[in-house]
Amino acid sequence: MELRDLYEEVILDHNRNPRNYPYRPPGANHHAHGFNPLCGDEFQVHVKVDEAGVIEDVGFEGAGCAISTASASMMTEAVKGKTVAEAERLFHAVQDVLTDESAEPSDETLGKLKVLTGVKEFPMRVKCATLAWHTLNAALHDQEGTVTTE
Amino acid sequence: MREEPDRVQVPGFDIDAVRADFPALHQQVHGKPLVYLDNAASTQKPRSVLETLAHYYGHEYANVHRGVHHLSGRVTDAYEQARNRVAGFINAPSAREIVFLRGATEAINLVAQTWGRVNIRSGDEILVTGMEHHANIVPWQMLCEQTGAVLKVAPVDDDGVLDLDALGDLLGDRTRLVAVTHVSNVLGTVNPVAEIAARAHQSGARVLVDGAQAVPHLRVDVQAIGCDFYAFSGHKMYGPTGIGVLWGRAELLEAMPPWQGGGEMIRTVDFERGTTYAGIPQKFEAGTPHFVGAIGLGAAIDYLETIGMDAIAAWERELCDYAMQAIVEVPGVRVIGSAPDKGAILSFVMDGAHPHDIGTILDMQGIAVRTGHHCAMPLARRFGVPATVRASLSFYNTTAEIDALIAALHKVHEVLK
Repeated sequence: MELRDLYEEVILDHNRNPRNYPYRPPGANHHAHGFNPLCGDEFQVHVKVDEAGVIEDVGFEGAGCAISTASASMMTEAVKGKTVAEAERLFHAVQDVLTDESAEPSDETLGKLKVLTGVKEFPMRVKCATLAWHTLNAALHDQEGTVTTE
Repeated sequence: MREEPDRVQVPGFDIDAVRADFPALHQQVHGKPLVYLDNAASTQKPRSVLETLAHYYGHEYANVHRGVHHLSGRVTDAYEQARNRVAGFINAPSAREIVFLRGATEAINLVAQTWGRVNIRSGDEILVTGMEHHANIVPWQMLCEQTGAVLKVAPVDDDGVLDLDALGDLLGDRTRLVAVTHVSNVLGTVNPVAEIAARAHQSGARVLVDGAQAVPHLRVDVQAIGCDFYAFSGHKMYGPTGIGVLWGRAELLEAMPPWQGGGEMIRTVDFERGTTYAGIPQKFEAGTPHFVGAIGLGAAIDYLETIGMDAIAAWERELCDYAMQAIVEVPGVRVIGSAPDKGAILSFVMDGAHPHDIGTILDMQGIAVRTGHHCAMPLARRFGVPATVRASLSFYNTTAEIDALIAALHKVHEVLK
């Protein structure tokens, strides 16, 4: 287990230059708030879903550690242009690969998100990687209340 | 050329011998020697405490409460001896004023729910400070909710110093209690609790001091402080977990209703005639206490007294100065809490690096620090930081360990680049 497994090049890039951040898409129709009080990661995720159920635009605001920021940034890139159902599948795939011992990361499903699998070696940081995803999921389902992964 | 920090004095005790007393210090983490800088969260245990626990669990074991048989008598004596040791350690007038509980948090909750429920009425005021740990905030918020009392907060300045003038202004006819920390677990600030107690008493208010971060690091004399209640935890002072102390003035404890009901805290129990309660401190010790823990706490006190609290305070002061001088040289570091009178706790943030990431990077170097809000969310908000990194030192830490911390901090930007 090496720091490079966690602070991998793509992740560092997304932390230094988060995509779709800070960004609140005009006409965004789904929002959610995610907060992990113990570590201080806090994000708002904004999604614009069109009538066909396609994620037309997505952005996030807030602040957090390198892992949570990078994960949120990669998430926005990954779900833009996908249907809500596809985004949900991605959410579950990310969840599984990070929290399920037996889950095999599938290149096909995860694509670029595969770099997140390194976080698995750092169990205390898994909650950072999954915060934005849970928040996105809450937004897409219009769930009330603040999301937390602690 | 980088200025060398001022030459540090050597500790007034054999540091290598002391470190050898703590087995947990000698291990590797991620292939590096452990550098344990999380003492404000909890402290390692010396062999004498570990041996005491093993002895009482393994040999001299029976329930306390003066059973007729030999072992019970021995253990009861040891438990009450530990109570005497605690009373001596904090210069309490009597061992009757020492209540053994789970920890400082339980102690504060006990005062809130017994003394508080009897003495606090709607419109009364409870005064805390902006630097309190949640344990010395939430029980009072709950009490205010129950009684209709109001919580007031004395502010903290940008250096982490309590604003005593503002505290004085907040003290009024309706103030019934001042609850204040002796040493801040985030800022390290040592508060002038004797002065605060005097002012509070002038206003007719009682005073509770949270001493969790004080008793391990400096000599505490509750009579000299003049407060009414003092709370602390065993595991933060080199003792076992699950044991802590509430000291309270005898006349206050005697007037307080019991908290938990059960065995030992009673005189007689009768369905028809009702139940009568024991005197202090037993009235507040329902059920089988963590007697092995209390005896272990006594052993921890013995260990500290062999080194001496003055020698401990002096070395920790040296370490703190050494660390403060070195850390400000690390690019982008901002220390939170620079009171002139300060314990060996360094909380800081770093430009371009989130505390959580700093914590993981340090962990990979074998360095244990804590990150987050350290159970002091109002304080974090006041300083505008969602989280900090906290390195908290003990007498068994060395300047070499601080050098390792500083070197690892220099690495942080490299890793995140």
